[in-house]
Amino acid sequence: MKSFLDTLVSRQDMIISAFLEHIYLSFVAVAIGIAIALPLGIIITRYRRYAEPIIGVTAVFQTIPSLALFGFLVPILGIGSPTALIALIIYALLPILRNTYAGIVGVDGSTIEAGRGMGMTRTQILRQIELPLALPFIMAGIRTATVLTVGIATLATFVGAGGLGDIIYRGLQSYNNSLVLAGALPVALLAIGFDQILKWIEKRATPKGLKT
Amino acid sequence: MIRFENVTKRFPDGTEALKDISLVLPTHELTAIIGPSGCGKTTLMKMINKLEKPTGGTIYIDENPINGMDEVQLRRSIGYVIQRIGLFPHMTISDNVSLVPKLLEWPKDKKEARVRELLQLVGLDPETYMDRFPLELSGGQQQRVGVIRALAGDPNIVLMDEPFSALDPISREQLQDELRNLQQTINKTIVFVTHDMDEALKIADSIIVMRDGQVEQIGTPQQLVDDPANEFVRNFIGVERINQKRAFGEKRLFEFLDLFTAEWSGGAEKISADATIEKAFLQLDDSRHNYLAIVEGEQIIAYATDRDLLKAALFKEQGVSV
Repeated sequence: MKSFLDTLVSRQDMIISAFLEHIYLSFVAVAIGIAIALPLGIIITRYRRYAEPIIGVTAVFQTIPSLALFGFLVPILGIGSPTALIALIIYALLPILRNTYAGIVGVDGSTIEAGRGMGMTRTQILRQIELPLALPFIMAGIRTATVLTVGIATLATFVGAGGLGDIIYRGLQSYNNSLVLAGALPVALLAIGFDQILKWIEKRATPKGLKT
Repeated sequence: MIRFENVTKRFPDGTEALKDISLVLPTHELTAIIGPSGCGKTTLMKMINKLEKPTGGTIYIDENPINGMDEVQLRRSIGYVIQRIGLFPHMTISDNVSLVPKLLEWPKDKKEARVRELLQLVGLDPETYMDRFPLELSGGQQQRVGVIRALAGDPNIVLMDEPFSALDPISREQLQDELRNLQQTINKTIVFVTHDMDEALKIADSIIVMRDGQVEQIGTPQQLVDDPANEFVRNFIGVERINQKRAFGEKRLFEFLDLFTAEWSGGAEKISADATIEKAFLQLDDSRHNYLAIVEGEQIIAYATDRDLLKAALFKEQGVSV
């Protein structure tokens, strides 16, 4: 325990910068993931016959072991944070895409028919009915994607993109368990922290009428 | 007036949902479309606001063909109540009711006044209910909101797709009565799809009986009961009900006082409470009044319209009234 605290103090600069890198990688990956998967999820609810194939493709990405995916990308993209980001985005896609799709498809058909019958346009139905009602699902997808990404971002170290993985890797190589812990613990805290913040947002985003 | 002219609907798989339908739905009347499931009644109704499109023929609203009309504009001008209520759970009652006025870009004051007026019309206190959410209301209250939401934009035509079928029997009866009374006030052209003959006989001015995409009979509730066009209509109305109607010669008015109207301030034709229902029908037919005043001794104890008489004629022993 003492040696762990010593490690924290003596390596604090390194830990803090790795921590910030880790936040940067996870945050940017999830943000870009949302920017791609959310509109895509909406589009495939309009063209449902493409939904299964497209979700299928992202599911296949998900099954590639993360270390292998980083490995695949290095010969193509070289090393550095863009490579890590692309790998992380690929992992973030599936939960967001699938939940967006499922959330919108799951909106009660009679609700949508009521909107249509009263003369709402497709855009109005999407913005005023489908998205608000699907929001809890979409947020749940984003939460899953975020926790996943924070975890997988530890592997960014293998493509030279930094992050807390650097510290864990260094600790492993030097058989220094304190150092491993000094990397792993912040990862766990980060995952829990992000999850709690998003949980709070999710709660606030849930339409009031659905909470009863 | 809504007029169907040789309307057909053929689905891509070849089934014919509607076969060459020509009919008229008169203005200011409540027309019920009834038939077994799959008979095309809902399809027929949904053509009026273009939720379904005919594969042949034309539909006219006040002699204007709807083919060329913009469907979004058309739908905003027609009230629509759907079967499973279809209130938006994430919007307050006020937002739900004012949806069409919002789409029509009414000013805020006018929208709010309209919401209050309509809530009062169905006996829901605006202060209590405006800011509630649909799931906080009972099924009956929700469907009252569903009905007034359809009236919010002050449409001339209101379409109702089995609006009360998901309710418990007591609320259903209540809402049927309320709709009947409401119609006295609002005087809309209402198209009401149902599969429940009791409901149709109770609320409709005229009834369209359908089977397999064709119209079997069109008539007032009384015409249907008196003179079913064929075996199908007879069975659909129910032989039991028709026999009851035939046997009503035996029954006397005083047996049904609780079905009749308690208060009426206009003119009325006097009749003894001892008279049979058949006699009452005949007397009302000949009278220049729309109401019968039922007297016992010198005292008027109730009033009855021909609808009330029909109710009495079709009254079932089990206490389920028509």
